[in-house]
Amino acid sequence: MIRFRVLIAAVLTCIAFSALAEEAIVLGLNQSEVSISTNFNGSEIIIFGAVKREEPIPEGPELEVVVTVSGPSAPVTVRRKEKTFGIWVNTAAVEVDRAPSFYAVATSGPLQDVLSRTEDLRYKISVPRAIRSVGAPMDIKDSAAFSDALIRIRSDANQYQLDEAGVSVDEQTLFRATVQLPASLIEGDYNTRIFLTRGGSVVAQYGTLIDVRKVGLERWLYNLSRENALLYGLMSLAIAIAAGWGASAIFSALRR
Amino acid sequence: MQIYLPIAELSVNAFLLLGLGGIVGVLSGMFGVGGGFLITPLLFFIGIPPAVAVATGANQIVASSFSALLVHLKRKTVDLRMGSVLLAGGLVGAAAGVTIFNYLKSLGQVDLLVNLCYVVFLGIIGGLMLVESLNAMYKTRTGKRPPRKKHTWIQKLPFKMRFRVTGLYISVIPPLLVGAFVGLLAAIMGVGGGFIMVPAMIYLLGMPTKVVVGTSLFQIIFVAAFTTMLHATTNYTVDIVLAVLLLIGGVIGAQFGTTLGTKLKAEQLRILLALLVLIVCGKLALDLLLQPAELYSVGFKS
Repeated sequence: MIRFRVLIAAVLTCIAFSALAEEAIVLGLNQSEVSISTNFNGSEIIIFGAVKREEPIPEGPELEVVVTVSGPSAPVTVRRKEKTFGIWVNTAAVEVDRAPSFYAVATSGPLQDVLSRTEDLRYKISVPRAIRSVGAPMDIKDSAAFSDALIRIRSDANQYQLDEAGVSVDEQTLFRATVQLPASLIEGDYNTRIFLTRGGSVVAQYGTLIDVRKVGLERWLYNLSRENALLYGLMSLAIAIAAGWGASAIFSALRR
Repeated sequence: MQIYLPIAELSVNAFLLLGLGGIVGVLSGMFGVGGGFLITPLLFFIGIPPAVAVATGANQIVASSFSALLVHLKRKTVDLRMGSVLLAGGLVGAAAGVTIFNYLKSLGQVDLLVNLCYVVFLGIIGGLMLVESLNAMYKTRTGKRPPRKKHTWIQKLPFKMRFRVTGLYISVIPPLLVGAFVGLLAAIMGVGGGFIMVPAMIYLLGMPTKVVVGTSLFQIIFVAAFTTMLHATTNYTVDIVLAVLLLIGGVIGAQFGTTLGTKLKAEQLRILLALLVLIVCGKLALDLLLQPAELYSVGFKS
């Protein structure tokens, strides 16, 4: 009896293993670093790769690919205005525990076909799942409206993106996705994940980081403002005074 | 031409900022207002985070006010003595104002109070100025002389001082109080306070309009510089790239503004400033009264 159980366990592990090892991702990025310089105006990241397998393409549902790129997360407060004594005032507030500053999902087909709800919950892939919201205060019953509002506001600003045709897949083997990073980008590690799915379930995944950093003058000014705030403040004032004086001098010279 | 702002962490159009700075600079030179009550809401509007807008606005005000002040100094329309007395009061008021501001912040709702402050003060000042300057204009048209200033309780106060440029011999208490009050409001509202200072000097202290502008600018520079340093060292919200773009426009605008200001009559100048103040007031009042398109707003956890 015991031997039988061990056998079953062994067989199950084998199946799990083979399911994982059957298809693996080999990935390439057009850039693993994004440099924010003074004239930074957004950037396009091309994520391409191939599916490595030892065996022929499995039968059944076609291979689909989901790519996510996620910027640094921070807690945010979502406030709602209400009319009180005739004027619009912020009354209710819900704190969202963790919301990425940027989040893009690109898929090879409609999200609901490519990914089942349970797998979405498990891997936190779609935009609403990527936001972690803790309990709202007791007096707010419709806390979902607040996270919806967050997604709506950030989607309008192009900070949250869902592109259901953003990944092209060839022969179930080669895939390629483009993600457009907006000009208003916050620096940090951008976590990039690639999922292969069949019939809605994830069969393989791969993760890598894209390094987004300020460079040159931007880097120097930012560091100075944090590490040597007094000097930075004095420098700002000096520039202001010099510019004021300079304009005045130039104009009086011109009038003469 | 897009440019990335290192502190605000977003990309904006450089020419938009130059233009914005220029418009505010013209007003600054014309009316002796720092323009903070204009530049701060305008920066909000183009998507600059409020904390960065307030702090950087203060830095820009230093530049455009300094540019305009130099013109006034050359023209000898600055009462340095009166300016110093106002400034002494102003710094005390500003320090008190910052304390009150932080207390309100701890209660939440500081945005609402700042907005209400704006609407109330802009409304009162704009309204009073408009009525007064229209009256003055009507009287000069019909040839009536304006009535001589009455001797009020202000003349009876002690510690009198002679202000030569202004041509006044009054007690230092009213200017100190005016300075402190303006400093207090300026700190709460995040502006230099010129739009309150100018009418206060004209109507409360009885100073001639020509001297008022230069003297107000003198006082604003110091208050704005103080605010800039405070923000730079505590909140790290002064964006130097944003400031440079705004102030290039600002200083050039200020030079044109001062020239334009000398071509207009004092009453006309006051009517224009009154109208400008009322327009901003109306806009802010509408924001409070009308239902906003987006009821929700996203802010970082304080």
